Amino acid sequence: MSTTIEQLSTRHLLGIKDLNENDIQLILDTAANFKEVLNRPIKKVPSLRDITIANVFFENSTRTRLSFELAEKRLSADTINFAASSSSVSKGETLIDTVNNILAMKVDMIVMRHPYAGAGVFLSKHIDAQIVNAGDGAHEHPTQALLDSFSIRERFGDVAGRKVAIIGDILHSRVALSNILCLQKQGAEVMVCGPTTLIPKYIRSLGVKVEHDLRKALQWCDVANMLRIQLERQDIGYFPSLREYSMLYGLNKALLDSLDKEITIMHPGPINRGVEITSDVADSDHSIILDQVENGVAVRMAVLYLLAGKRG
Amino acid sequence: MKQSILLEGAKFQITIRRLCQQLIENHCDFSNAVLIGIQPRGTYLAKRIQKELQEMTGVDVQLGILDITFYRDDFRMKGTNPLIANSTDITFMVDDKEVILIDDVLWTGRTIRSAMDAMQAFGRPSKMELLVLVDRRFSRQIPIQPDYIGIQVDSIDSQKVIVSWEEIDGADSVELITEKK
Repeated sequence: MSTTIEQLSTRHLLGIKDLNENDIQLILDTAANFKEVLNRPIKKVPSLRDITIANVFFENSTRTRLSFELAEKRLSADTINFAASSSSVSKGETLIDTVNNILAMKVDMIVMRHPYAGAGVFLSKHIDAQIVNAGDGAHEHPTQALLDSFSIRERFGDVAGRKVAIIGDILHSRVALSNILCLQKQGAEVMVCGPTTLIPKYIRSLGVKVEHDLRKALQWCDVANMLRIQLERQDIGYFPSLREYSMLYGLNKALLDSLDKEITIMHPGPINRGVEITSDVADSDHSIILDQVENGVAVRMAVLYLLAGKRG
Repeated sequence: MKQSILLEGAKFQITIRRLCQQLIENHCDFSNAVLIGIQPRGTYLAKRIQKELQEMTGVDVQLGILDITFYRDDFRMKGTNPLIANSTDITFMVDDKEVILIDDVLWTGRTIRSAMDAMQAFGRPSKMELLVLVDRRFSRQIPIQPDYIGIQVDSIDSQKVIVSWEEIDGADSVELITEKK
């Protein structure tokens, strides 16, 4: 094994769409090294000690924001946090003005979550700093997809050839799109499953299978990634009631036991217990939900480290 | 390009054995000592030393593998790309242990500085020593000197010292390579 010098093909992480297969492998391999660092008594390395990162969140977040902040701190970067709800955005400041003001304080990287799709791409065209997309509307959530792939790789050894079913609210999900692209680039087969109203019309053009029967989807897959129903994004009723959704698309122990194989259960969080997944399944041995959260820090460290290496 | 062989065959083997003898002299039964090979190429020397010590004393000395990529001081400097990390495998605590850092070539000393930083994440050793197969003397950029030296080489910056290992390169040797312009 020799040390080779390689780097990402992109300066920002705006979406999985911009990454090639080598980028994904590089990020996942580096994440494995950072995971080892996170198991040491002192979980900190000095790599980014000269970098300042702003976490700019225009939308609520628990896991992603904490995970990014921890990843930054474990890399010794300086961090500042910004939440739109308690800022001058409510006084009418534009996105570019807000970010430029943050950059005027000598910030090198921006980690941004925004309710509108394409906000990260837009920003990358107008400002100088490197941008990491932490979720933009219903578009992409690249670090979530990378950590999902990392967790699958950890469980099965390889992502290639695995069958992954993404189940639930595909229409409003940025996790779904990023996951589809990320899994396909690594050679996995992807199926989406949900009620007709929550499956986008043109999803087949991405080359995924579409299934409306939960049992058939589960029978097909090795890994089921259960998504949350995003009620906050649903302006009209896409299904009659949560109770009915839960009866048709909720994953419960009885259904899981009735399959003639064992499957691995994932969930990007936050879980609506009793809606898309019951507690006994979420907390069972089949579930790697908390592994996903643990791996999130290592994957985000890898992304920030590799992007920092692109700064000239 | 001019190549001169500094060490090979029986002489290479004798050098490794001498390093082991010196270690035994200082650490007796190795009850409190651990070996740490520095990635990537210090690991071959560390494994060889561990094997040799096993044959000479019958003791299995604990061996760890350390990668220092994330501790480098030249990350993001002009012209250098981020280095891909290798794996680290240290399954024991080093608190109050005598740590013997092992690398193949000591040149500027910067790798060893990073390694000393990295070791802090695994505890506070009672003592840290440095063993190298090749010491490129008079080329240090920071004040670090080895405790155990295979051979010393006088070289200039444009020359390269290459250590080959039977396990991966087919034969054991140390070569000094001079690029002719």
